[in-house]
Amino acid sequence: MNHSNHVVSTAITAESIADSSVVAPEAVAQYALGLGDDALVLAHRLGEWIANAPELEEDVALGNIGLDLLGHARSLLTYAGTAWGQSEDDLAYFRGEPEFRSRQLFEQPGGDFAATIARQLIASVYFAELYRALSLSTDPTLAAIAAKAVKEVDYHVDHSVQWLRRLGLGTDLSHERMQRGLDLMWPFVGELFQPDPFATDLDGIAVDPERLRLAFDSLVPRLIVDAGLTVPTMAAAQGGGRIGRHSEALGPMLAEMQVLARAHPGATW
Amino acid sequence: MTSPGDSGGRETWPLWEVFIRSSRGLSHVHAGSLHAPDETMAVRNARDLYTRRAEGVSIWVVRASDITSSDPDAKGEFFESPQGKEYRHATYYSESEAVPHL
Repeated sequence: MNHSNHVVSTAITAESIADSSVVAPEAVAQYALGLGDDALVLAHRLGEWIANAPELEEDVALGNIGLDLLGHARSLLTYAGTAWGQSEDDLAYFRGEPEFRSRQLFEQPGGDFAATIARQLIASVYFAELYRALSLSTDPTLAAIAAKAVKEVDYHVDHSVQWLRRLGLGTDLSHERMQRGLDLMWPFVGELFQPDPFATDLDGIAVDPERLRLAFDSLVPRLIVDAGLTVPTMAAAQGGGRIGRHSEALGPMLAEMQVLARAHPGATW
Repeated sequence: MTSPGDSGGRETWPLWEVFIRSSRGLSHVHAGSLHAPDETMAVRNARDLYTRRAEGVSIWVVRASDITSSDPDAKGEFFESPQGKEYRHATYYSESEAVPHL
């Protein structure tokens, strides 16, 4: 097979940002940090499926999606870090739980495979709308990161929709578990579209999450109904991820994610 | 002889053979095999397993059990009979001097 590396290398990467002389303005860095945390936390959650998925092929599929998200996180955190002289690793491994700004959906444990698909469906549709809008940002680095991410998250949406339909329309058991997965994750939908406290003074640069809600609402409920499932109606959770308020799930997850880097600071491999 | 894809009932997902076309104008080439619940997911799994490094522009999948193959035990009668029949190659024949532009 041809390994056409040039196809990959023309797109923006964490390395190309770190090697450039670009410095994020303070407000943009604060905003990018929140977006980076969303991607990082969900990437780690997907990584938990490695060697645990129902089939080897699905192991790879979830791993691929997680790696795409990790790529977004690396670029966003690297860019944010340029404002403070910090690396992506400084930000990922050496901040505590209250300093993480991820929305609470992303830290929710994957539960069974159906719950992971529910979480991924909600997250991927949200990311697709977010990055589509952010690719028009007047901040060229944010726009470039988003433009690269759009193609990836469009595929993530497709993957989740395929599984939503198969589980929803499959056996009685798969239907029941898919519905339970949606019910588990639904309380965290509302927070995704609440105002981002770090986006308020960034007209033309940041995306107002509220304007993504319409696209989500016109797509996801229809997908759920088409899969023979019921759109959950439970109340929204309290939210507050952007200001460091998290569910009990994030602390243990961060402990596992950060332990190696903290035990061996500066280690490379 | 067992047919391709027959795993004795251990697998719940069927086996699929994957063919990748690396660029426009070339043929699809066998890349490997994978398991998937149906053809739609087989194409997606193939995308994840075999095109992560920009190897392809098109994917075909075919259920392995739908492939009819030659019998490996019949190698002799199937593939060794052309030995010694060089006259089946164009190069066996000498050019005729009277015929230009050959």
